[in-house]
Amino acid sequence: MKLKQLEGLLGSLEQFYNPKIELEQYPTGSHIASRMLYTAENSFGDVTNKVVADFGCGCGTLGIAAALLGAQHVVGLDIDAESLEIASENADELELDMEFVQCDIRNLRWEGQIIDTVVMNPPFGTRRKGADMDFLCVALKVASEAVYSLHKTTTREHVRRTALRDCHASSAEVLCELRYDVPHLYKFHKKKEVDIAVDLWRFVPKKNQ
Amino acid sequence: MRLLTHNMLSSNIKGVTNGFPLRIEVEKVVEKSVDFNPDFLKNMFAKIEYKALVEASRIMGYAELPDHAEPSMLESDDFLRKFHHALMELHLEEGTLVCPETGRRFPVNKGVPNMLLHEDEV
Repeated sequence: MKLKQLEGLLGSLEQFYNPKIELEQYPTGSHIASRMLYTAENSFGDVTNKVVADFGCGCGTLGIAAALLGAQHVVGLDIDAESLEIASENADELELDMEFVQCDIRNLRWEGQIIDTVVMNPPFGTRRKGADMDFLCVALKVASEAVYSLHKTTTREHVRRTALRDCHASSAEVLCELRYDVPHLYKFHKKKEVDIAVDLWRFVPKKNQ
Repeated sequence: MRLLTHNMLSSNIKGVTNGFPLRIEVEKVVEKSVDFNPDFLKNMFAKIEYKALVEASRIMGYAELPDHAEPSMLESDDFLRKFHHALMELHLEEGTLVCPETGRRFPVNKGVPNMLLHEDEV
């Protein structure tokens, strides 16, 4: 599938009706999501025929992108039932088989090493400090091949240090810097729309932890 | 929920040491066909808990998988197709997952297991 085609399909997905600020629910734009998964597959072969988990999947954009690129088994995990409902409808709409589990990523316990790749757009930790690093540490435990994640560019050194020192990453690499459009979703947003710089990361877990 | 997903889920209650496999109680099973991908299945065979899959598939009403399997059986198309069906095509649509250690029940509605914990279980 071509990048433009992937971006187009993702652009048709339903997004949050009533976003919940305490969960830092922001939609992952089709521009970013398509580039993230396209890079994961075309540069690293981490998607097609793989088992992929989408952490904090929200409306399912990243997981659906993985399924569109031929992932064999995709599981979306989120704490919020309403989001999972939308994600499930989104997957149905595109006739994709995608699995969902309602859970809190922070206390996920997973058996074995079945997951190859984790993709995620974690809460950036602006509401609850450290939320993104909590997600990352669990992702690096669960994934056997790679973790793709978005983090604010301003936190780059912190993310690198934490991943390598505390989360058992064997490597942490910024693949590119992207603009994340934050639409005017919440009342405390003063500006109509802002974009912030985010890094697309690829982390590789240490084996046999 | 496919049995592949069931094969990775574990009871996540604080203090539980033996949370796998979750026992399945069935209300409704559905079957959804998936393209047969032998390479994927061979790769999965090495990663999954086969015994848990066999038990789960029987509870779901599919009794075709042998009790024991070894890698040499992956050369058999017949075995691979059964393995494929059990792992990828059987879905628990409605039912319950039960923690083997505490008996705590996790509901499955519309194919989605709810693994959220209460405050005193975290």
